[in-house]
Amino acid sequence: MRKVVRGFYAVAYSVKLCKPNVICAYPITPQTEISENLAEMYANGELENCKYITAESEFEAASILVGASATGARTFTATCSQGLILMSEVLINAAGMRLPIVIVNTNRALSAPLSIWNDLQDSMLLRDSGIIQIYVEDNQEVHEMIPQAYKIAESTMFPTMICMDGFKLTHAYEPIDLLDQETVDGFLPPYEPPIKLSIDEPLTFGAYAPPHCYMEFRYKMHKDMLNAKNKIEDVFKEWGEIRRDWGGLIEFKEGKTVLVSLGSLVGTMKEVAKEMGLGYLKVRTYRPFPYDEIREALKDCDNVVVFDRAVSFGYEGVLTIDIRNALYGESPNVYSFIVGLGGRDVPKEVMEDCVSKVLSGRAERYRFEGLKDFEEVTY
Amino acid sequence: MVIIKVRFHGRGGQGVVTAADILAVAAFKEGYWTLSFPMFGAEKRGGPVVSYLKISEEKVYDRDEIHDPDYSVVLDPMLLGRDVVLGLKGWLIANHPSLEKAKERTGWRDTVAIDATKIALEILKRPITNTAMVGAFAGFTKIVKLNTLKETVYEWFEKKGEEVAKRNVEVVEKAYKEVEG
Amino acid sequence: MRISLGAVSRPLESLNDKTGTWAVMVPRIDRERCIGCGECYMFCPDCCIEMVQEDRKRYAVVDYDYCKGCGICSEVCPANAIEMVEKVIE
Repeated sequence: MRKVVRGFYAVAYSVKLCKPNVICAYPITPQTEISENLAEMYANGELENCKYITAESEFEAASILVGASATGARTFTATCSQGLILMSEVLINAAGMRLPIVIVNTNRALSAPLSIWNDLQDSMLLRDSGIIQIYVEDNQEVHEMIPQAYKIAESTMFPTMICMDGFKLTHAYEPIDLLDQETVDGFLPPYEPPIKLSIDEPLTFGAYAPPHCYMEFRYKMHKDMLNAKNKIEDVFKEWGEIRRDWGGLIEFKEGKTVLVSLGSLVGTMKEVAKEMGLGYLKVRTYRPFPYDEIREALKDCDNVVVFDRAVSFGYEGVLTIDIRNALYGESPNVYSFIVGLGGRDVPKEVMEDCVSKVLSGRAERYRFEGLKDFEEVTY
Repeated sequence: MVIIKVRFHGRGGQGVVTAADILAVAAFKEGYWTLSFPMFGAEKRGGPVVSYLKISEEKVYDRDEIHDPDYSVVLDPMLLGRDVVLGLKGWLIANHPSLEKAKERTGWRDTVAIDATKIALEILKRPITNTAMVGAFAGFTKIVKLNTLKETVYEWFEKKGEEVAKRNVEVVEKAYKEVEG
Repeated sequence: MRISLGAVSRPLESLNDKTGTWAVMVPRIDRERCIGCGECYMFCPDCCIEMVQEDRKRYAVVDYDYCKGCGICSEVCPANAIEMVEKVIE
């Protein structure tokens, strides 16, 4: 059924169809309406066999979910920005405990200065946390990604985070082909944890690991994260067969010059690529990083233009670092354009301008594009 | 691909976001693909809010803000100024009791003015001008039919009670006909 | 554009934000009726009523730059000296 709905609802409705057992979230713009929608569904009795727990902070919300997930519950939370980094202490533990919590992060800039608007600094900060990260392009994709995220999380035993752009997607009101219960039920079996905590069988999750064994745990975690790539691809393929093929870990169109980005910027990027006759590469799965796929796709092109919305202060755009590394020893020139920080709009013209800088040989290794002239003063 | 771009200006509490959303649903019912999204200043009642609406025959991929709108719809007379006509290519649809003064404030020739505050106070008893401006937009542009819009508005406000829904439909119809002339 | 080191701002910068433009209805104070009790001054949520002393008469004055027209002053006035009227739109 196609209906015009807001991004929040596209998420909440899909979560409902996945039949979570415990939902716990703390409000933060631009996430709040996701948990509001779920709370309303819960209050209306639409969520069977589910507990909606209110928390005092993101830290507590994540902690509740760690406990719930350990007992074998299917869990959900949504957050962003300061909320995500407050959760991070717990979520990084969840990754080590191998708990398949599904998180929707509505990407928002980090403080200070305070900003409620969109960029990718928050989730990119958790790049090395052992959490699977998937970036979506529009609300249809996030709607369909949620059942897939549960399947990925529960077959790899890693927390899985779907990153959707705050405001650009969360607040967007657009037509969505809503999933039905039958499709989701047929795709997503109930969660059967390999090991679970209960009163009858007390266990410690995330136990103490001195130097003689810590490294083995972390090595295994890394191996499993690398192997998760295959599982993710399988899940994407299976979804493609029953519903719609969204592509694999990356979406790629050939070209001499290839634009690279992720998240909601992909829509505009595709339009620009089409108009200017360029290739494009959309990164869907950011961790585990599709190293081979990206290297294979980009190694023979002349220019790679990366649009980054997060900065590694003191180095360059975060995504660019990974792309450059994937292309080590190959010949393409990689250019980084840092755009859209803190909700700064990225119209087509800005992207076109970046491309023309590259094509005319005026581009630098990295550059902040769309900056205004400013002067810094001290008070 | 032709995209009709509409920009709404108002304040938190006037229903700026809802205005764009209602038109998005109504235009979708007429067979268009629609995309609407807001841009908040600060999240507080009274703070300036801009909302965008893109109406197209095909799926809209661009998610950038609207810098060159075909229509600018202003829900609050005090916001009328140079800002609201920035990049405007077509018509300004303004909430103001006087067409001449509205033009004076913005310097924009192609302006339609409607006293939406008056209509809202009269029928809703509250100065929430979104439905009146939605009606005015539809009446002027004819992108959505009055009946489709009335149906959409009714469905939108139904959960707030039948009385609220009916009154908003009345507001829409009055504004639609007033602008239609 | 000027930005400050550490995103530091001085107090009272929000004074530039003339929130009075939001008002649809505004209070009009009848100076003859006003008994200078200061009730409206106490209740105004935006601190935009000032008590003025003139010879022996004390009365309330509204700062229309910041009055959002909530009408609380009119509601609490024991002397019925405050009427809410529609703001003139220029």
